[in-house]
Amino acid sequence: MYDVYQIKKDFPVLSALVEGKPVAYLDSAASAQKPYCVLEAMNHIYKTAYANPHRGTYYFADAITTAYEQARETVCQFLNARNSKEIVFTRNATESINLVAATWARQNIGKGDEILISEAEHHANLVPWQQICSQQGAKLVVFPVSDNGEYIPEEFATRLNDKTKLVAVTAMSNVLGTVFPIKEITSAAHIAGAKVLIDACQYAVHCPLDVQDIDCDFAAFSGHKTYGPTGIGVLYGKSEILENMPPYQFGGDMVDNVTFEHTTFADIPARFEAGTPASVQAVGMARGLKYILDLGFDNILQHEKELIKYATSRLLEVPQLKIIGTAQNKGGVFSFAVGNIHPQDLAFVLNKENVAIRIGHHCAQPIVNRMGYQSLARASLGLYTTKEDIDALINALLKAENFFRER
Amino acid sequence: MMDIAELIDNFSFFENWEEKYQYVIDLGRKLEPLDDSYKTDIWKVKGCQSQVWLVPQITDGIFHFMGDSDAILVRGIIAIVFTIYNDKTAEQIKNVDITKIFAKLGLEENLTPSRRNGMMSMVAKIREYAEHQ
Repeated sequence: MYDVYQIKKDFPVLSALVEGKPVAYLDSAASAQKPYCVLEAMNHIYKTAYANPHRGTYYFADAITTAYEQARETVCQFLNARNSKEIVFTRNATESINLVAATWARQNIGKGDEILISEAEHHANLVPWQQICSQQGAKLVVFPVSDNGEYIPEEFATRLNDKTKLVAVTAMSNVLGTVFPIKEITSAAHIAGAKVLIDACQYAVHCPLDVQDIDCDFAAFSGHKTYGPTGIGVLYGKSEILENMPPYQFGGDMVDNVTFEHTTFADIPARFEAGTPASVQAVGMARGLKYILDLGFDNILQHEKELIKYATSRLLEVPQLKIIGTAQNKGGVFSFAVGNIHPQDLAFVLNKENVAIRIGHHCAQPIVNRMGYQSLARASLGLYTTKEDIDALINALLKAENFFRER
Repeated sequence: MMDIAELIDNFSFFENWEEKYQYVIDLGRKLEPLDDSYKTDIWKVKGCQSQVWLVPQITDGIFHFMGDSDAILVRGIIAIVFTIYNDKTAEQIKNVDITKIFAKLGLEENLTPSRRNGMMSMVAKIREYAEHQ
């Protein structure tokens, strides 16, 4: 266990004052704040070793290339992948998933095939598959969750069959917080002959993601949610699968030999990284991952577990508040509704009280609608969240509930 | 119905955001509800975090708008917007300086694009109707 008040000091923006008062930042599931070490790692590159990687023959170019490839190594360790060539840098997790959809899926999904997803997917792990299915004449199959957001093994199992070519599932829902048993899902999918893609955006921040243990074929997550910068994401793919995939985009840095008539492409992972990469962001992302590992997932989990318990009990003090998503195994994401107060109205008062939460459909309209709403408020936790942040949320919610009460 | 001068006068008495927006809520509660038959995609104003509907009626060149939202603060803002734009000609609508009026009301924060409460989209829609009359 760590001293969260010390940890909080590592994140400069968390000490920023708005109108002279501190902010309770409860929107880490949308994007997490960045510690000094991440900012410094990026600054250091710009100040001492910046150039275009993979191209130059001078000191700066060598230094940035080394730093970029070391970042890939760090991601490899973070995921416990077998080899760093299984790590492809992308712009974000959305691009990682689109990459698989545009390359692997176009080659391997055909007429009559099925792609199986959960009902709780983020649009990024839904729309690419829906579009590929409609282009290829395949079928998108959705397995439901229970009314409280619980994974139901039977619902998954009955929809998995020999037509299923891909199971694309989130490891942790960004709306419900539900943690899906991805190892169990992967194992069943493999027996049925399907490949598995894990959307690990939410999960990777809270729990260790061991791709060898899970045995998933693909995994996607982003730098900005793992306390790193924006503009960088990761696609993990098993090397034997990546090697058989065609390029995603074409351009510099991904080719082997080019003539006007013909081009041969570079080996993985360079084949999937056309153009100048976000090298400095990759370094920042790796530093963020190292920050997580140094703190230790055991400690982070213990801290968040306590906070989840605290937040759950305190939220229920707010009259008419209903938590949407109460699965047994859930992460630090709380979607809720307060009576018939519109989330936008709630957020207005919360903003006045310097409490930062997200409202809306959370880029997961189907699951928000399925739970019976158009829009929900969501508070989410990070490794720096304190009980005082939760208290600020509760006080602001009590004020809002009173503010909108009809008299 | 209240006119805009009266509204500006009323808003000048509030000492804090709580009082000011409690009044916006009151205006929202008093706004005539829009018949459900209008709550369709045709009348929906896009780009809002809440659902917002706007229906124009033109009689003898005079505009009268009806509207609604599922968020109460937005309903209140709609009521204010209607006080400003309703029962005017296209020419009068084009000449309204909404930014100035909202500044006088102390509601300028509702005009920032990041607020995305549909206020700007709604005003743009009203002006569009006036342009294309």
